[in-house]
Amino acid sequence: MSMDLIHDTGAAIVAAVKRREVSARDMAIRALEVISARDETLGAFTDVTADRALAEADAVDALVAKGEAPPLAGLPYAVKNLFDIEGVVTRAGSKINRDDPPAKADATLITKLKASGALLLGGLNMGEYAYDFTGENAHDGNALNPHDPGRMAGGSSGGSGTAVAAGMVPVALGSDTNGSIRVPASFCGLYGLKPTFGRLSRARTYPFVASLDHLGPIARSPQDLAMVFDALQGDDPADEWQARRPALATLPEIARGCEGLRVAVAGGYFRERQMPEATAAVDLVARALGAAEEVIVPEAARARSAAYVITNAESSGLHLKQLRTRAADYDPDTRSRFLAGAMVPAAWVVAAHRFRAWFRAEMRKLFETVDVILAPATPFHAPRSGTKTVTLDGVELPVRANIGLFTQPISFVGLPVVAVPAWLPGASLPIGVQVIAPAWREDVALRVAHQLAVTGVCAAPVARIG
Amino acid sequence: MTDDFDAEGYVATMAGVIGLTIDPDWMPTVVANVRATWAIATLVLDFPLDVHVEPAGVFEA
Repeated sequence: MSMDLIHDTGAAIVAAVKRREVSARDMAIRALEVISARDETLGAFTDVTADRALAEADAVDALVAKGEAPPLAGLPYAVKNLFDIEGVVTRAGSKINRDDPPAKADATLITKLKASGALLLGGLNMGEYAYDFTGENAHDGNALNPHDPGRMAGGSSGGSGTAVAAGMVPVALGSDTNGSIRVPASFCGLYGLKPTFGRLSRARTYPFVASLDHLGPIARSPQDLAMVFDALQGDDPADEWQARRPALATLPEIARGCEGLRVAVAGGYFRERQMPEATAAVDLVARALGAAEEVIVPEAARARSAAYVITNAESSGLHLKQLRTRAADYDPDTRSRFLAGAMVPAAWVVAAHRFRAWFRAEMRKLFETVDVILAPATPFHAPRSGTKTVTLDGVELPVRANIGLFTQPISFVGLPVVAVPAWLPGASLPIGVQVIAPAWREDVALRVAHQLAVTGVCAAPVARIG
Repeated sequence: MTDDFDAEGYVATMAGVIGLTIDPDWMPTVVANVRATWAIATLVLDFPLDVHVEPAGVFEA
């Protein structure tokens, strides 16, 4: 087998397994070798499920031998540790949850990937209870950025970004409430899909903000995102938040290109309070797509503010009992926010939800005139670990709260987004651009991302690790 | 809302109402977060919405 195949795309791995050029077991072993070699310094994994991956691989190889290769045969992947993995404690980035018994069953999305022939390598580091944009964790150590281990991986799906950028697995699952897939995708130079709110089942994953939580994949190619996304879809009665929508086959459409799509750049709020690299990355992608038009997302700052209020109050409501009894066991960087959120007046939350209805109507109107909107994924490259403040437009701001400036207004109304990685001329770090599509049109965002990938405008190489 | 919000007093009162024990070492950052949320919420609350704009019963994008 080629020892480099683990660093190729998931699609290439699956194709090789199906052609019997390599076995699924070969791929599981190779992934375990890379994890063993790289994870100790990068902090991506909190639990490695080696026995499980090998057993799943043997089952896949048996099917391949019978000529019944499943669609994701031999695809190594890992999941943010808020997904239930049978037999593993779902820590959700916390110290407190480590007292829980091991999960009795897999999260729905894991059952879907298992049925499709993918191999689960383990659970991944994350910001505590997903209240994080940095990838830093006081209990498990920080997930580091493989492109520069002195910098943040981004969060809260930090381990997901680290594992994929370091070439440990080609695909990881994460969650995104305000940007937690798109931020690590931006900082680690990866493609990240935040599907439409309600698209994928959240059953048996640890919640953060029920009104805003999404799950989705991070990968090194848009094709891998589509391949995995198609396998993850499907109605799940165990998730009452899931929309009862028919599945959307995105992989067969991904090579259609962008012809006929009206692509615009988000102006106003989305062109302010950012470092030059964020502006330049959007301009690079816009030029490649011939997007000359600029549109204004109305009241984007208020949308971000309303998402902030709902997040603060709703997550703290979920944690109230623990905050009364075990506040000292929280990560100091999340504890104060949870305590503060428990005190948010109900009237503010109601106002935020009413504004959400208004903003959704405005976004629907906007998408009558365009098919795709481009915006920065983060206001800057990955900051150095431990950075507390950043100066944007002459104003010193806390880093943690402002990494999600441009992701929060979009997930607030659940629009599908693919974050695509741009490498500016001479830059040693990547930065992401959001490709935002109308609700339920993940296929459109994936087509755009694929075109950017095949034309070389965007790229997600495995980090060079010395 | 007024701009003379007494965040310290609010935190002290609400901690008792809700049953939270806040270590004195944590108090400055809890107060800072309450003040930040208050400022952010102001932006939302200042926006004029028609009374018929209601929260979604089940939100769908």
